[in-house]
Amino acid sequence: MTDDDCNEAIQRLYGFLDGELTAERRLQIQAHLDDCSPCLEAFDFEAELRIMIASKCRDEVPDSLRLRIATAIHQEHIRLYSGSVGSIGSMGSDGSGPGLGPMGPPGGEA
Amino acid sequence: MNQGPPAVGWVMADQAGFADAAMAHMPNLYSAALRMTRNPADAEDLVQETYLKAYRAYGSFREGTNLKAWLYKILTNTFINTYRARKRRPDESDIEDIEDLYLFRRLGGLEASTVGRSAEDQVMDLFTDVEVKEALESLPEQFRLAVLLADVEGFSYQEIADITDVPIGTVMSRLHRGRKGLQKALLEFGRERGLVG
Repeated sequence: MTDDDCNEAIQRLYGFLDGELTAERRLQIQAHLDDCSPCLEAFDFEAELRIMIASKCRDEVPDSLRLRIATAIHQEHIRLYSGSVGSIGSMGSDGSGPGLGPMGPPGGEA
Repeated sequence: MNQGPPAVGWVMADQAGFADAAMAHMPNLYSAALRMTRNPADAEDLVQETYLKAYRAYGSFREGTNLKAWLYKILTNTFINTYRARKRRPDESDIEDIEDLYLFRRLGGLEASTVGRSAEDQVMDLFTDVEVKEALESLPEQFRLAVLLADVEGFSYQEIADITDVPIGTVMSRLHRGRKGLQKALLEFGRERGLVG
């Protein structure tokens, strides 16, 4: 085991953690980590750091946004399908209101 | 109830199922939108626009393929075309070359700090949510996007290449530099709190 082995392992650290190395290369790095605790420690640290970053970049979706989006999609649905339903006469004369059967609006808002 | 022809009913049922499946990704899309726009009002508009586009384009989505990646592609394209385009000079600055294991080499010796705590706990407590988000948001856009898609969302290099429409080699390069840039930004917060020995 040489510094070259360590340098090579560190060069491939991201590829290794990203699961983007060939199987052969992966085994090579793993073998080095089995024998080199400083490198293993560094790899573990980087792996933990990534988990930490993912866990801390979470945000709560405001209820108001969920509602806005559900409403916008519903309105879009009506816009897209009002023509086809109208052609078989199940629409109100003003072209509005739910008349869409199984896709009836969840909240009854139009 | 429904007086429509069966064909219309079938499309509607699929679209309802699609909407449910797509809605499940909202928290992640919202977080990504916040990191992209760095502005809650813009992030909300971006997410809404993304869902509307996805809903309209549902017909082009093939059932059983990667819905999350498909949604993120719409999100990313909408971000680039709408919000990034607004800025006179989008942030395309480069990140200087930073050494490997930047944080590890400076914060090393974690095992010496607190008795009885696992390495995971120690790394987890190094920085707050706000610090991590701000560090990520401080990166220039192309690096921020790559790190966000890889490390927060778990996409592969190929998926990131598809989502951002750049070659896979560019993805790898941006990830390498972006991650190290993130470590450097995090270290600045660490310095302020006396983490660095």
